[in-house]
Amino acid sequence: MKEDPSLWKEHDLTESEYRKILELMGRQPNYLELALFGVMWSEHCCYKDSKLQLAKLPTKGPQVIQGPGENAGIVDIGDGFGIAFKMESHNHPSAIEPFQGAATGIGGIIRDVFAMGARPIASLDSLRFGDINNHRVKSLLNGVVAGIGSYGNCMGIPTVAGEVFFHPSFQGNPLVNAMSVGLLKTDKIFRGKASGVGNIVMLVGSRTGRDGIKGASFASEELSDMDADKRHNVQVGDPFMEKLLLEATLEILEADLVVGLQDLGAAGLTSSGCEMAGRAGNGLYMDLDLVPLREQGLEDWEMMLSESQERMLLIVEPVKVDAVRKVFDKWDLLSTAIGKVTDDGCFTLKRGEKVLASIPAAYLTEKAPVYSPPYSEPAYFEERKHADHSPVVNYGDFTELLKRLLISPNLSSKHWVYEQYDTTVMLNTVIGPIGDAALLRIPDTRKGVALSCDCNSRYVYLDPEKGAAIAVAEAALNVAVLGAKPLAITNCLNFGNPENPQIFWQFVKAIDGLARAAGYLDTPVTGGNVSFYNEYDGKAIFPTPCIGMVGYLADLDNRVSFHFKKPSDLVILIGKSLEELGASEVHYLVTGKDEGTVPSLDLELAKSLNDFLQEAANRKLLQSAHDCSDGGLAMCLVESAFPLALGLNLNWKDNISTASALFGETQSRVVVSIEPDKLDSLKSLLNAHNLPHTLLGEVTDSGNLVINYNSDKVSASIAELKDLWYGALKKEAEI
Amino acid sequence: MTFKTAVIVFPGSNCDQDCVRSWQTVTGLKADLVWHKESKIDNYDLIILPGGFSYGDYLRTGAIARFSPVMAEVIRLAYKGHLVIGICNGFQILTEAHLLPGALLRNRYLKYICKDIYLRVENAKTAFTGGYHRGDVLRIPISHGEGNYNVSSHGLKELQDHDLIVFRYCTPDGTVGADIAPNGSMDSIAGIINKAGNVLGLMPHPERVSEDELGGTDGRSVWTSILSTLQKRGVA
Repeated sequence: MKEDPSLWKEHDLTESEYRKILELMGRQPNYLELALFGVMWSEHCCYKDSKLQLAKLPTKGPQVIQGPGENAGIVDIGDGFGIAFKMESHNHPSAIEPFQGAATGIGGIIRDVFAMGARPIASLDSLRFGDINNHRVKSLLNGVVAGIGSYGNCMGIPTVAGEVFFHPSFQGNPLVNAMSVGLLKTDKIFRGKASGVGNIVMLVGSRTGRDGIKGASFASEELSDMDADKRHNVQVGDPFMEKLLLEATLEILEADLVVGLQDLGAAGLTSSGCEMAGRAGNGLYMDLDLVPLREQGLEDWEMMLSESQERMLLIVEPVKVDAVRKVFDKWDLLSTAIGKVTDDGCFTLKRGEKVLASIPAAYLTEKAPVYSPPYSEPAYFEERKHADHSPVVNYGDFTELLKRLLISPNLSSKHWVYEQYDTTVMLNTVIGPIGDAALLRIPDTRKGVALSCDCNSRYVYLDPEKGAAIAVAEAALNVAVLGAKPLAITNCLNFGNPENPQIFWQFVKAIDGLARAAGYLDTPVTGGNVSFYNEYDGKAIFPTPCIGMVGYLADLDNRVSFHFKKPSDLVILIGKSLEELGASEVHYLVTGKDEGTVPSLDLELAKSLNDFLQEAANRKLLQSAHDCSDGGLAMCLVESAFPLALGLNLNWKDNISTASALFGETQSRVVVSIEPDKLDSLKSLLNAHNLPHTLLGEVTDSGNLVINYNSDKVSASIAELKDLWYGALKKEAEI
Repeated sequence: MTFKTAVIVFPGSNCDQDCVRSWQTVTGLKADLVWHKESKIDNYDLIILPGGFSYGDYLRTGAIARFSPVMAEVIRLAYKGHLVIGICNGFQILTEAHLLPGALLRNRYLKYICKDIYLRVENAKTAFTGGYHRGDVLRIPISHGEGNYNVSSHGLKELQDHDLIVFRYCTPDGTVGADIAPNGSMDSIAGIINKAGNVLGLMPHPERVSEDELGGTDGRSVWTSILSTLQKRGVA
């Protein structure tokens, strides 16, 4: 072989990576071997650009049973139960083919969770799209939502929470992040290890075809308008097959028939094979003649890089192979012994006796290159800190401004989205997608698990460090308002091209913020996913480190829901509103600009607030609790009033502008309602936690919102506001 | 007195465990999961065909499931008068198996719909609805993409004339009318029963609202009504 640059370029390797391979191997690798290196050394598989940064994240704690490095993380919720969870992106496939891209995103993350031995009990999704007035964006939105629904609904796993955010920065490159949550017994956890030399390697589920070939490399490139021809890189999902695969897999795990297992995700047979061997310090071989194919004539490299969905790799003791086969036969699924675990440490591919490729597994995994890309602060960071908020402050008619916020795509009701998802199957959904977080009960116990995913992309763009910290604090507060204790997080880090120093700066700063907040709030990171190259025609998305949070509620009877319950209850704001309009939704709505200083975050205050909320819930002091976030206090108040169409009579004074008081996005604030006779107990608990509060007024049966703030007044009928809020997104979204 | 209840599991069923759990929670009685490949089953007093996506709904909902070996047994027991209830995909399978008339088409606006809807009880004298009163309004979730009930005009007249429409979609105050059915169902039909009165099919999910914690209990009476029917029949 001559050393033509196309040699490495064809496999998306750099020249120095190619040299490193030569050095490691001590010989010229063949075409197939180079293809294996190419995919395993892609950012998507080996995190070469992000690894050093990710090492800064806190990952340990008494609640963590499994941290990063496995198919999914696991946290302990006591009495022998654990929660397995992970979040992953499927952005590029969804940009090209929204329905299948989103569907297979859900399918992949569900497999990661049941590969740990967990039964998936919920999905969440975090979505970002461009300007909704664009026809292509509408069609992406419709396709993605239908794809998520079709997969999750067919699987019978409820999609219980999520977020949708629209902004032009996501015009050509939407974000589709999916999180799966599973329940397991902590004495029955399985891992992706190829242990036991002589054990059999079995491939189960779907046949291998040409779909999704090189999907991992595709994820590590930028998108452009030439990409319609990349549709063949998008996998096609079969949720019915996955449902059968799920049931059959859980059945063999229950019967202890398996030593280790892993799903076939990015880089298919290659990554699952060498990662399982690598984790166990063993080798393994696969005989490609034995792999069941969807069509004849696949090249060796195509088989190894295929990302055909709904496949799992199992490691089985020889005596148990027949028992495994029997279970898969019952479910009408293929199960094929394709190789063995070996003691030579090599990942080997054969056809019969002929060796096609043989590489020490560690070369593909641990020995992958690690880089520290250069980074530098972009000019916009300082420039955009300054904003003129006078158009908002002097708006005048704040009732009208509230109405404009209610019909804006980012703040209006998302029922058009979540009503396409089955939210109640499995009989565990105690609070569904309408709350700050979803709440699921754990069968046969009084325990509950609160789930939320969150990120304000605009905050992260304007201040990556603070924005990422806020995403963690906000996700924690979302579960805390239900009365749950924030336990741990998974993340999905969506950024532009890391080779651009200004983009990598965003990444470095965001990791710093994430690490600081996760450490302070005692919510370790148990795993996640990095998605770089989210750019379209050279323009990067707003950086979006999406946080998936799991919280624990010991007794479901102590849960607190977000909506006001009855007239005469007192409405109290906990926390202190500041003059903070920077980076807000209201500033963007009025001026069309993404600018200003991101709201401050006091982690000590955030932690006290979380602790207070759990204690207040345990003592049953609260009728309702709702987190103040995008759109500020006014949005929080009306959202709480909508479900029972109750009125509000509020009257308070403060020394900040009316716009800030109503629509500013000061962090760590919660609106609670209480029965009047609980006021003293509440106040003493607030004092004990050093938390400021303001008595705003009371809930009424008038059905009208009346706010008197300083000398300004907002008044409107709740029913009218609700209609505006409820109907807006549907009107925009339908094609 | 003990009754034997079966919940049939087709490949792709996903409300099978829910039905077992809900039946057990409400009645205190067990239910067996019965695999669809069984060609001989016990003389179950009650057979539940659960919701889900049997065979992925890839052909036409319920169209393949009705050829599962177990369906011959379900039909045998149905003709003997044993109680059969099909919920959601179970209802779709019952129509494909011709145990109930009509068909469930794609929802009117073609989208999957999962939300709480209101149902009016039209016939409270059946084996499945004795615990309700005619005119009761229930809040129960639907979760389907193909719930748009259709039947020939002759078939519709027969359903109406023989009081075989058991549930209709309605507004929160119980009004039934055009455009109220979320899925476009003919005559707002949400659930029907056969002439013999022992086979019920409905699209909404009563098993999802049989505990307060899950947001409602309006579905409980389906289970308790069945229980009291079986008790009255005195089956052993």
